[in-house]
Amino acid sequence: MNDRTYDVAIIGGGIVGCAIARELSRYRLKLVLIEKECEVGFGTSKSNSGIIHAGHHSSADTLKGPLEWAGNQHWDRLHAELDFGFKRVGELMVAWDDEQRSILDTYLQRGRERGVPGLEIWEKDRIRKEEPNVSRHVVAGLHAPTAGVVNPYEVCFSLIDSARLNGLEVRVNAPVQDIQPLEGGLKVDTAQGPVLARYAINAAGLFADRIAAMAGVGTFSILARKGEEYLLDKRLKGLVTRIIFPCPTPTSKGVLVIPTFDGTIMVGPTANPVLDRSDLTTSMDGGEEIFEQVRRTVPGISPRDCIAEFAGLRAVADGEDFIIGPTAVKGFINVAGIQSPGLTAAPAIAVRVAEILRDEGLALEPDDTFQPAVPKHVIMADLDTGAQAAKAAKDPAFGRICCRCEQVTEGEVIAAIGAGAGTLDGIKFRTRAGMGRCQGGFCTWRCMELLSRELDMPIDRVTKRGGGSWIVCRRDGEEGAPS
Amino acid sequence: MITGKPRHLEKTYDVTVVGGGPAGMAAALGAREAGAEKILIIDREETAGGILWQCIHNGFGLHHFKEELTGPEYAQRYLEQVLEHEIDVITDTYVADMDAGRHVKIMSGSQGIHVLDSKSVVLAMGARERTRGAIRIPGTRPAGVLTAGLAQKFVNMAGYLPGKRVVILGSGDIGLIMARRLVLEGVEVLGVFEIMPHVNGLNRNVVQCLHDFDIPLHLSTTVAEIHGRDRVEKVTVAPVDEALRPIMDKAWDIPCDTLLLSIGLIPENELSQRINLRLDPVTTGPVVTSTMETSADGVFACGNVVHIHDLVDFVSQESDLAGQCAGEYVTGRRRPADNIRLVPGDNVAYCVPHTISSDREHTIYLRVRRNEGKCAIKFGDAYQRKLRYVFPAEMVTVTMRPRFLENFHGDSLRVDVVPR
Repeated sequence: MNDRTYDVAIIGGGIVGCAIARELSRYRLKLVLIEKECEVGFGTSKSNSGIIHAGHHSSADTLKGPLEWAGNQHWDRLHAELDFGFKRVGELMVAWDDEQRSILDTYLQRGRERGVPGLEIWEKDRIRKEEPNVSRHVVAGLHAPTAGVVNPYEVCFSLIDSARLNGLEVRVNAPVQDIQPLEGGLKVDTAQGPVLARYAINAAGLFADRIAAMAGVGTFSILARKGEEYLLDKRLKGLVTRIIFPCPTPTSKGVLVIPTFDGTIMVGPTANPVLDRSDLTTSMDGGEEIFEQVRRTVPGISPRDCIAEFAGLRAVADGEDFIIGPTAVKGFINVAGIQSPGLTAAPAIAVRVAEILRDEGLALEPDDTFQPAVPKHVIMADLDTGAQAAKAAKDPAFGRICCRCEQVTEGEVIAAIGAGAGTLDGIKFRTRAGMGRCQGGFCTWRCMELLSRELDMPIDRVTKRGGGSWIVCRRDGEEGAPS
Repeated sequence: MITGKPRHLEKTYDVTVVGGGPAGMAAALGAREAGAEKILIIDREETAGGILWQCIHNGFGLHHFKEELTGPEYAQRYLEQVLEHEIDVITDTYVADMDAGRHVKIMSGSQGIHVLDSKSVVLAMGARERTRGAIRIPGTRPAGVLTAGLAQKFVNMAGYLPGKRVVILGSGDIGLIMARRLVLEGVEVLGVFEIMPHVNGLNRNVVQCLHDFDIPLHLSTTVAEIHGRDRVEKVTVAPVDEALRPIMDKAWDIPCDTLLLSIGLIPENELSQRINLRLDPVTTGPVVTSTMETSADGVFACGNVVHIHDLVDFVSQESDLAGQCAGEYVTGRRRPADNIRLVPGDNVAYCVPHTISSDREHTIYLRVRRNEGKCAIKFGDAYQRKLRYVFPAEMVTVTMRPRFLENFHGDSLRVDVVPR
């Protein structure tokens, strides 16, 4: 250990790693976050459904249960301080018969015991009034107003922006290759060189078991469980205003209808275990299953309205619960198996990790210079015409539309590049450019030109999401980006 | 290259044309001819002309100019006329919103953000391409899956290639044109795959773009899966059964780095929806009268925003009419109202316009649902015409004359295409 030694190295820049980094940045610590992809949030987190669970979903005898509810209560503060879309839209768990009605009662009871406010059983009439597009066959529903929606990738970006503002260092494109316990800490070898740290947090998501094994504590295994999601055209905005859950049954968790923060309806996810942890394929069967099930809940939904589909992999640990705590290797702490309600719980998990570090001997001294807030970026589509005109008069780039489906201006894209977006996906997840109904058909080239200009890179080096995901190649031969 | 710049932006216009592609330019000229004074074309690109600039192949103008032009030549001819007729063109400008009172909100890199008033509006926003999401191709989501039109932009406007080994899904015209274009650029085009048993583009493009370049065409075959993490590595293709589902035990893999999609165009009717225009569920474009007026007073529409055309010449013809009628509207003249509704019947997907008037001549455009050899198009019992063949890729054009309807007294006319 030397003076370049970090106090804490966080392995993994998903929602959990980002939340931990931001929480620890309150203290006078030397921190580094290590991410294998080219940007944070580019793994499981970017395909997350974006639901902040109401607090009554997970059972009390798990780690998930209390952390779900504790996490839920952090989101208003995070939203006020940081820069991401969040709205407590509420959720409605629906029952098709009297047998299922008793399941609603179980959840109601659980929520009340935990102190989740506002839970209420709605009868048919109320449902028809509140959510007229939900199936007429639904007999009752459990309404939970504390549920919300966020854009999970925006949360990752913003947590990291905040943590960086408070001193965090970030290493991207840095997959971990080995971990060696040393006297007083650990040496983490990455593709970008070694990192020395007194403590290492294993927030490696799908690969947390392998990271733990590298450290010599391979005591658990991670199973990837795939979820396919389908995004529908914005024309359906308002079809439902709350997240609609079917009653969970013993055989199926059911398919949800999610009004995302941006107003797009998303349906999914499926839940199928896969052996290959890079398997992000969507399937014909998955799509059919989703649309068949979802039409039972909201009959007006049709695959014709699908504009995009994607898949994500949940990191499921043995026993299905979270694994959070110190290990036999001094200084190596696991935060693994963070599947649903992991996004909801992430801020509470981060607080728990800080407590564990303190228990393990790390001095946590609050940093007086900690700045909780980050500057909020401009979203032109959310401004009224007067405010838009004033902004465009000051900077013409904010008058020039780049992505027409989502009405994103060139100014917003340039700002996103300034904030760290170095790829088309980086721009897309920060600004929505390319996320709409034409799926980048019109704005891809403009975004490529802006990346090229702002980052001074040849246009054939622009990628979709780093690595070998080049977009165009030159006439005279070699393919664009290095793989 | 000629570009138009408005001398200054007025607060009020007689006719505002949304979109400066072939439809918008022809409409503006039509409006001028009908006597409209202050006319504005709004276009989001740096130069008006629309998609024509990237269509550097020939085959344009045979009907309209009676000679064969490239896309840019066709655009140039229209732009010159637009400027000659002192029509204002504001480019780099996007119409962000509009209301039924014809207040048009523009966002512009050069002019800022303003709301303009217009006595009449012509919608000429064109179309966008269908994407992967619309047909839900299973597999991974690597770079290298893109629409044929975007690839055309890369190659013809920017001078880059979309990839080196390309598979094309869908046999729309843009896909066929791009198959040839890429071969000419030294790219390996491994085949065109079409899920339907018939081609979706014009026959002349099948001959000139595929046959002449030995590019294989596989009908009733589709891409069943996309592979590759960062970039496309291969695609699995498979013949389809009658329900259009891939038959996986007959599937095979094609190593490639790019998948181009040419699977259809969708009229861009976001603005039409903002003002709640009545839309035709088949075309997805506005329902229009024989004067190309939509269900909103003083709002006209033309070109691909109404229905997808296969030739730009027909776009120009239809848009000239829309512009004329918009011009007549602002100068207080009206043609007699329509009194006959056209109802698509056997083997007719849609008709445009949706209504006609028995007192004057009309050009009726329609598309059939399936191939047919010798057949006849029947307008109720009032009129019929023999056709040598029909197929969905080729629009059928019929001239309806008042004398055909002399003995017809109903208010709706069923249109059928039947074998003979």
